[in-house]
Amino acid sequence: MTSTSPPIAASQPAVPPPAHHVGFGHLMLAEWTKIRSVRSTLWTLLLFVVVTLGLTALFTWLTVHAVNQGKASGRAASIVADPTGFILGTGLGLGQLAICVLGVLVITSEYSTGTIRASLLAVPKRLPMLAAKAAVFSVLVLVIGEIVAFGSFLIGSALARSLVKVSLSDPNVTRAVVGAGLYLTVLGLFALAIGNLIRHTAGAVTTVIGLVLVIGPLLALLPYSWGAHIHEYFPTVAGALITADHQQSNQLLSPWQGFGVFCLWTALLLAAGAYLLQRRDT
Amino acid sequence: MIEARDLTKRYGEKLAVDHLSFTVEPGRVTGFLGPNGAGKSTTMRLILGLDHPQSGTATINGRRYADLAQPLRTVGALLEARAMHPGRSAYNHLLFLAQTQGLPRSRVDQVLDLVGLREVALKRTGGYSLGMGQRVGIAVAMLGDPQVLMLDEPVNGLDPEGILWIRNLIKQLASEGRTVFVSSHLMNEMAVTADHLIVIGRGSLIADCSTQEFIERSSEKFVLVRSPDAARLADLITAEGGKATIRDEPAAREQAPQVPAGDTHGVPAARGPAPELDVTGLEAPRIGEIAAANRIVLHELTPRLASLEEAYMELTADSSEFGAGGASARPQPAAGGPGTQPGSGSPGEHSPGDPTRVTAAQERAE
Repeated sequence: MTSTSPPIAASQPAVPPPAHHVGFGHLMLAEWTKIRSVRSTLWTLLLFVVVTLGLTALFTWLTVHAVNQGKASGRAASIVADPTGFILGTGLGLGQLAICVLGVLVITSEYSTGTIRASLLAVPKRLPMLAAKAAVFSVLVLVIGEIVAFGSFLIGSALARSLVKVSLSDPNVTRAVVGAGLYLTVLGLFALAIGNLIRHTAGAVTTVIGLVLVIGPLLALLPYSWGAHIHEYFPTVAGALITADHQQSNQLLSPWQGFGVFCLWTALLLAAGAYLLQRRDT
Repeated sequence: MIEARDLTKRYGEKLAVDHLSFTVEPGRVTGFLGPNGAGKSTTMRLILGLDHPQSGTATINGRRYADLAQPLRTVGALLEARAMHPGRSAYNHLLFLAQTQGLPRSRVDQVLDLVGLREVALKRTGGYSLGMGQRVGIAVAMLGDPQVLMLDEPVNGLDPEGILWIRNLIKQLASEGRTVFVSSHLMNEMAVTADHLIVIGRGSLIADCSTQEFIERSSEKFVLVRSPDAARLADLITAEGGKATIRDEPAAREQAPQVPAGDTHGVPAARGPAPELDVTGLEAPRIGEIAAANRIVLHELTPRLASLEEAYMELTADSSEFGAGGASARPQPAAGGPGTQPGSGSPGEHSPGDPTRVTAAQERAE
């Protein structure tokens, strides 16, 4: 026995007696420790901030430049008609993928590394663990998401000042900017829910990004009224309505209704995942 | 105390645990023994509520695991596979688990000291050796200072010094009055650590007794007898209350026709080896007397003792999951031991003494 073999003082000094109640706060603290103690959290959030703010600035600046030279047409010209939509749609459009990845990783990394077994041994009722994880993650995304949403808007509106005046005091603009942060939060939970259902990182990331970037936009091509309904009630499409400061003429849902639809979808997926979490072997 | 009652777990077509019942008492080390794939890990996961049984119940101190308010304060578990994020430090892994139980940070430092990982605790566990990972697992198990410990193959990946450390820790924990349930597929490891043994094969109970009893029962004495007139001697031994089994060796069968039945005057040894008998229930001197009284020639009369590992292999051979007919599951046994009998791995055929032993175990399992 050398220095690497410590004396077998198994239990001294004794652990404090389990007198006090262990509540949801303890579980949230534990989930916060989990989420902050892996590098993927820091990297994905860093990527989210840099990509979103960077692309917002780049696209706005390029578009303003092009419009000023009279070379802009089509979508680029929409910066004048719908500056808020333009600013929030560029950087966040790509940056949101980082939130999707993080939402998936927060749960699938537990499965891929086996941490889930340690987690469930500590919280054998399982559901409180998932609830605490969702709560901590959504607070984290809400805070970062709102900061980035406001940052994007301020950078974008400043760069577009020469072309179009838009400020937070304009009607619905504050709602749209705050809504962008809310959208990101629910999107993160949506990704977490899918990660919890699929349990494999690659499969879940592919699914979420496929839904956000491919299926959602693709549904816009469906003809007739039923096509429009399917498109607009699609989770991420409905959710994104809250990030626009004015409604389209043919819009079926109001911004808050759209956000509600997105919340419902997410709640449904979380509930299905919670049910499976209770039933599955891990 | 851990109680398993009628636990059954099926994964698809495969029956992993088959109506398993046992009790693990506090104050002693209970070894959970069985070949790879026997269902040890599954049983532990069922007790810990990680997997759900098709039938049966498992309780710890009278309560289901899922009903424990602060489970890590009641049960400490080390599972076979490493269950931690390689990018997270051992300290943070222990910290989040401590937080779920409302335990202070100081307890994390205590268990890190206990397993000797204080210096490397802030490093990511992905860089740890197998042995260090195992020590983190022990630290996790000890985190809540639990009265019940379940350790799945704890010596896996440890160097000799680490194995000694684990053995001493396990023994001390039991001496403190805790319930200690340790699985292993190595009989010799269990022989030195466990006070009591629960042996399973193919998900069913094979034995549930003290290690001492298991050793005595398994290390049964027998006498190897070689005689050209083995068949007649076997009958005489049976008449005397002994039990004789003729070894069914192909070589012996080939030689048999050359030995005329009833040739009591012996056959020259040069004509080939005489058939062998395994005799239990009679001592060697008595067998010699019987042979002499009946004018039977003996070529060999050797008292033997089966080794513990051999006995365990024999017991679990038919229930070994990955063996080809059980034969390849057993290492080359020492020459002359019961394990050398060709064909003993095939179902329904056992070395002397085994039929009763296995039947008794099966009855218990019913």
